[in-house]
Amino acid sequence: MNNPNFDLLMWARGPGFDIALIIFAAGIVLRIVEIIVLGRKKDLAPAKGNGVAQGIKTIFSRSIPRKGLVHYAPITYIGGYIFHLGFFIAFFFFGAHIVFLDELLGFSQWWPEAISFQWPAFGRVIIESAVALAVLAMIALMYTRLTDPVRRALSTFDDYLVWVLSILPMVTGYIAVNKLFGDPVFMLALHILSVELLMIAFPFTKLMHAFTFVMARYYNGSIQGRKGAES
Amino acid sequence: MADKPMLPELMKAHGVSRRGFLKYCASLTSLMALSPAMMPRVAHALENAPRPSVIWLSFQECTGCTESITRSHAPTIEDLIFNAVSLDYHHTLQAASGHQAEAAREKAMKDNWGKYVLVVDGSIPIKNEGFSCIAGISNLQMLKDTAAGAAAIVSVGTCAAFGGIPHANPNPTGAVAVSEIIKDKPIINVPGCPPIPVVMTGVLAHFLTFGVPELDELGRPKAFYGETIHDRCYRRPFYDKGMFAEGFDDEGAREGWCLYKLGCKGPTTKSVCATLKWNNGTSFPIEAGHPCLGCTEPDFWDNGGFYKPLSVPAGDYRKLGLAAVGAGAVAGAAGAVLARAGKAKAAAAHENVDAHDLEKKS
Amino acid sequence: MSATLERGLNALREQIDAPVASFFSSCVSCGLCAEACIFYRETEDPKYTPIHKLDLLRRLWKKEYTLFGRVASMFGLMPSITEDDLKEWEELVYDSCTMCGRCSMVCPVGNDLTMMIRKMREGMSASGHAPIELVGAAGRHADYGSPMGELHPALHAQIKHAEKATGIPIEMDKSGADYMVLLSAQEIAEFPDVLAAMSRIFKKAGITWTISNDGFEATNVGIQLGNRDVARTLVTKVVEAAEKLGVKGVISPECGHAYQALRWEGPNLIGRAYDFEVIHIIELLDRLRAEGKLTTKGKDMGKLTFHDPCQINRRGGINQEPRNLMNMVAGNFVETDDAGTMNWCCSGGGGVGANERAADLRFKAFNRKKRQFEKVNPDKIVTMCAYCHHTLEEQLEEHNMEIEVAGLTELVAEYLDDE
Repeated sequence: MNNPNFDLLMWARGPGFDIALIIFAAGIVLRIVEIIVLGRKKDLAPAKGNGVAQGIKTIFSRSIPRKGLVHYAPITYIGGYIFHLGFFIAFFFFGAHIVFLDELLGFSQWWPEAISFQWPAFGRVIIESAVALAVLAMIALMYTRLTDPVRRALSTFDDYLVWVLSILPMVTGYIAVNKLFGDPVFMLALHILSVELLMIAFPFTKLMHAFTFVMARYYNGSIQGRKGAES
Repeated sequence: MADKPMLPELMKAHGVSRRGFLKYCASLTSLMALSPAMMPRVAHALENAPRPSVIWLSFQECTGCTESITRSHAPTIEDLIFNAVSLDYHHTLQAASGHQAEAAREKAMKDNWGKYVLVVDGSIPIKNEGFSCIAGISNLQMLKDTAAGAAAIVSVGTCAAFGGIPHANPNPTGAVAVSEIIKDKPIINVPGCPPIPVVMTGVLAHFLTFGVPELDELGRPKAFYGETIHDRCYRRPFYDKGMFAEGFDDEGAREGWCLYKLGCKGPTTKSVCATLKWNNGTSFPIEAGHPCLGCTEPDFWDNGGFYKPLSVPAGDYRKLGLAAVGAGAVAGAAGAVLARAGKAKAAAAHENVDAHDLEKKS
Repeated sequence: MSATLERGLNALREQIDAPVASFFSSCVSCGLCAEACIFYRETEDPKYTPIHKLDLLRRLWKKEYTLFGRVASMFGLMPSITEDDLKEWEELVYDSCTMCGRCSMVCPVGNDLTMMIRKMREGMSASGHAPIELVGAAGRHADYGSPMGELHPALHAQIKHAEKATGIPIEMDKSGADYMVLLSAQEIAEFPDVLAAMSRIFKKAGITWTISNDGFEATNVGIQLGNRDVARTLVTKVVEAAEKLGVKGVISPECGHAYQALRWEGPNLIGRAYDFEVIHIIELLDRLRAEGKLTTKGKDMGKLTFHDPCQINRRGGINQEPRNLMNMVAGNFVETDDAGTMNWCCSGGGGVGANERAADLRFKAFNRKKRQFEKVNPDKIVTMCAYCHHTLEEQLEEHNMEIEVAGLTELVAEYLDDE
């Protein structure tokens, strides 16, 4: 006698995760190395400002919308913010996720005692509000993607796929934690599997921006910074 | 069966008042998730049920289930219920041994053919029947023989219900659950390592009063295995607030915070441990400061480690992950070298364009 | 495949580097670049979305610069760029982009789309898909020394005129001068007063300067075309002239793309740093102001506003300098909305102004500035780019608006305290 739900969960936590991790890790490293090794020519024009400093600054400062722009695309800006914040809160501050990240990256095992840490978890009200808002934000974002001419014209299969793969973990996670329906073990397995799908799709889709945005912002900031221009 | 006393006499013999008996019926009724209106029926059934013969077979097991059931405080009403049945064979509890014991089983079977209840604890080895025998009879044979005349089978404990620890990887004896062998009888699984005494007696009581209770997809009575421990855990508010014990000796552990991070399987384990508790409602593992092992679920021994949190990958993924990072770096560098070669080729093939050479040529 | 198509794709291949790869890898198709684009905002036509204008470059990158793309192309999933593609994108890349750089400022993942447009134009021009006006200008510049043809006689006449007006002699080809002044063809032809203005300011400041007969024209149609071979030829001429005279610095005139060409692209085009400093005239004037060598008296009491040239401010980093000077000479200086780093383009930059085909689009795009000017309702618009100056005058006339446009250098000279 066995429990197929548990078998699925154990597959998701075992081989399923291994497969997803290999594709995720190898794919992301591949894409990042591919970009860095491509390199760029040294700029021979004498610098007026500090490109490196501004590049680093831009990595952070670009998170703030430029004045006047929110007005033109409120759903994209506000929805984008809520989605990203909600997703990060749920991903980084839910206890079960913290212990996952800790185990995965070994904060409290590999690292010297002095720098090993686990950050405190948020309560259910915050996590679930964040998830609910993030899901609503994603629905709003999809609405603009489908109705706004610019976004509809830009959208490819990639965009729709990534939307589905990003919303699934939030929905399945919410259902699993709240036991809205379905067997809790099965829903937990579904949640983990949905994350694995996201991991597998990661290197092949625009999800890569989660890593490459650092490079893109740095390059933009450093190009402008050398000229003494804002970025 | 006529020589066996009915319940009311037994109650008197044990000094249990009618009031006490009805109280027990009421708690049983709620335990079995029945409407309070059903209580009189429960009482009536228990009062008038003839004491059925019960044969208890123990196979590959640790006797923990028996230990558990005997820990039901005497003279409690649970104890009484066991007197309400005629336990005709139980090789740990019976006085008889050897041929006498087997003769008792055979007699009970013969006398009650088709009516007796078979309780099994322990799994059955099928890799080699000889791995576990009683009185020269293999477990497999004894189960098949005894099950043939049973009205129903109650698989007590996770070993009998799902294979349990003997079934755990690598399962050297080829241990299987009762339900893997017996396909033509109603089987009630009462898993747990061991099950809560009152759950065992409650299931028996239900069977005596209303027959086979409503079961889930794993053959467990829904009344006792309908909700997860997590849902009823008194530490649940800490989970909801994000307050976790990180070790067995930290502040969180002392304060009684949630044990999720220490590997608690409460969220995926269905049982009434958190409400009925053990030792006459004294405590249960989580209350004692230990995470739930998930013992009422199949394969609990192999479900990723007792101290690994549920959200943590179960495999040995670290080496794989590091290898993937290495492979990705190599592949990425190779890809970039290819790209750079293409770019260098393009640069080498660069035709200087002069201001008069900007028109399209075909 | 035609020879020019292959030459164009080859030129594109040469342009792809780590920044380009990181930009395309990061795009999430959020469409916010469109909201910053003057052409999209004023037409609301989604084809003017900046990232869409770069689609051919993106396709080439994906197909030839990523491992996954290579694999996909083995299965025939990555169609090659065709002549028809280039034809379709020519309008997007040249007519509907002034390389103003607003999109690069708003992209949430930090993509420098403008820099990629510049790169994409390399492929477009090499494949013979540049607007004919720019191609013609490049020919004239190569043959006669300026995009407007032979300008030596005009220059000499304007110098004479300036000498007469100021009484200060202007010595051409003077070795060892502090600065070599460059002018834009637009200034020589349309706004020659700048010569007299500089003459007076530099005299007051005690700066020696000269103009070279070998290289006095600063514009560089190679940058607008997006052709570094052409751009290199044109920059080389100026660099050689400056190094021959042994000047300490070269003054980049009030011209947007000329500043980009000389200051930022030039050393990379010729493959080495210069022996001299390149400074924009407004940068120099502000430096003189800070050193106390430039003083004014009196102020223009009309309502003045300032138009920031994209290549000088947003893409060039000169933002505060003109404002310091404006505050010296303007008694009623009012900024328009978005002034400064996020100013809207005059709609004529990046070669769009010369492109006849783009005229209607350009007029439409100017509505943005029109509304901004109407809100401020200035008496005079001051700028520091002769081409912005030219475009503003053209557009104001087209839109029946009567506002004077002035160059900042002339305005400063007007109130110069050179008693």
